[in-house]
Amino acid sequence: MVGRITPLLWLLFSAGGTVAALLFPVHLFLTGLAFPLGWLEAPRYEFLHRLLTHPVIRLYLFVLISLPLFHWAHRFRYTLYDGLQLKHLTELIAVLCYGAALLGTAMTAYLLWNIA
Amino acid sequence: MSAEPRYTLYHPRWYRRRVSVWWWLQNRSYTWFVLRELTSVFVAFFAVVCLWQLRALAQGPETYGQFLARLQTPLFLALDTVAFLFVLFHAITWFNLTPKAMVVRLRGKRVPDWVVIGLNYAAWLVLSGAVAFMLLRG
Repeated sequence: MVGRITPLLWLLFSAGGTVAALLFPVHLFLTGLAFPLGWLEAPRYEFLHRLLTHPVIRLYLFVLISLPLFHWAHRFRYTLYDGLQLKHLTELIAVLCYGAALLGTAMTAYLLWNIA
Repeated sequence: MSAEPRYTLYHPRWYRRRVSVWWWLQNRSYTWFVLRELTSVFVAFFAVVCLWQLRALAQGPETYGQFLARLQTPLFLALDTVAFLFVLFHAITWFNLTPKAMVVRLRGKRVPDWVVIGLNYAAWLVLSGAVAFMLLRG
């Protein structure tokens, strides 16, 4: 099963890696460091909530969260095989990694769909 | 030599030296390789933080306030600092590898590596600026 959809998984890995490379540094710097430490003024709740009503922003957030999760699933899977020599657990690891990425994607879609 | 080769489901047990689980610490380039692979963990970490932020925003101002307070704790500041360094490492290695993963041709000629890499960094700069501009308006 996993073998047959490998090209798709590789595509998701590659797309997610590009999204994470281009967009995560700035988001992580602002949300994780500059705003909590008060270096820059954080956006207000009302402003962010209003942004979320825009369909383009929702699509952006879906891509921003979902694709990097699949990037992680694919890369981490091979890190576990090679790094920890867990080749005998191949299938279990694949199911757990891609399953977690699917779960995160479903949660993101659900939240974005239902935000008032 | 005409006999059909016999295939078995598993390899025969060749003699193999056991490789330590710490094989990647024995050589610096292996260590960099494993560190690069581990950036994915921090990518996932930040994707989950974004998901958590989205949920807090959906639940209302009070929950969102709690989310912001949690990000100010030393634990999250430390995690975010480490994650930021790893995500930067991912971005730089990813951009520099692009010409090796994808050969771009223009009128039959291969576009030089430095052009492909340069375009990546330019896109990075523009997108980072756009995101910062959007978030700093509010």
